[in-house]
Amino acid sequence: MKIGVVTFPGSNCNADAEFGATITGNTAVRLWHKDTALPSGLDAVILPGGFSYGDYLRTGAIARFSPIMQSVIAFANDGGIVFGICNGFQILCESGLLPGALIRNEGLSFVCKDVYLRVERTDSPFTRALTVGSVLRIPIAHGEGRFTAPADVINEIEGNNQVLYRYATSDGSIVAEANPNGSINNIAGITNARGNVMGMMPHPERASDPLLGSTDGVSVFASLALELSSR
Amino acid sequence: MKTYTASIIVSLRRAILDVQGKAVENALHSLHMQGMANVRIGKHIELDVLAPDIDTARSTVEEACAKLLANPVMEDVRIDIAEKAVGASA
Repeated sequence: MKIGVVTFPGSNCNADAEFGATITGNTAVRLWHKDTALPSGLDAVILPGGFSYGDYLRTGAIARFSPIMQSVIAFANDGGIVFGICNGFQILCESGLLPGALIRNEGLSFVCKDVYLRVERTDSPFTRALTVGSVLRIPIAHGEGRFTAPADVINEIEGNNQVLYRYATSDGSIVAEANPNGSINNIAGITNARGNVMGMMPHPERASDPLLGSTDGVSVFASLALELSSR
Repeated sequence: MKTYTASIIVSLRRAILDVQGKAVENALHSLHMQGMANVRIGKHIELDVLAPDIDTARSTVEEACAKLLANPVMEDVRIDIAEKAVGASA
């Protein structure tokens, strides 16, 4: 299966995301922000982490209008699998492919550390290889990761079970102390209502090799691989 | 066509906790500044727009705000618009 990884000016996790895509046997295809079309036969697109366009105006706000994003948006609207990590999640929210927005962390600081995530659903393309309630240790590295949305949108997200990952303690408790950025309901990753687009602030690609200290992120990419092979 | 200058203030929606504003408010209090509350930090964007009249200029700027300059999920905008004064620098 072919997974495209977009590089924007300021992306800095594109090579890591390509690595993440390939550890599960898929092929990573490099995509450039100026490309106007996606290569034929692409099975999924990853928007990697970084600081696209210098985070000018708002995180993800300029990237959303880059030429390739018009194709990515069409691909997603057509049911294609799109996965945004960190800045990729911010771009997906700005694009309107995911609800809500990511704003300055509650503590005002950039937070770079391992966090624990509780898996909320396993019937999604992005969590298939996991079990509900299991806990992953994956790093975050962001200054704008506080997930927010108007109350009615939060109710809709929760009502549709669109939350895939929540910040938790190592034993899976969803408490305020486990929330690194002030996200509403400890939300770390969500999917759209249709289920084909997902964004998460933590970096599974940075937890995908024993040398990196954790391999818990592999199961996120394994889920994606499982989904693509079953399509 | 005339040139209009728009002054746009983008701030976090009231319902969203403005942590930066809160931190500045606490700093003001630590300076013993009396009677200051509800500090909100925002962005100020200024731009010139060419339009036949002020209503068209305003609607163009409103469209720019809705599409790019602000994110309605989290931000409110306030737009002040006026014909650019003759002789004002570009």
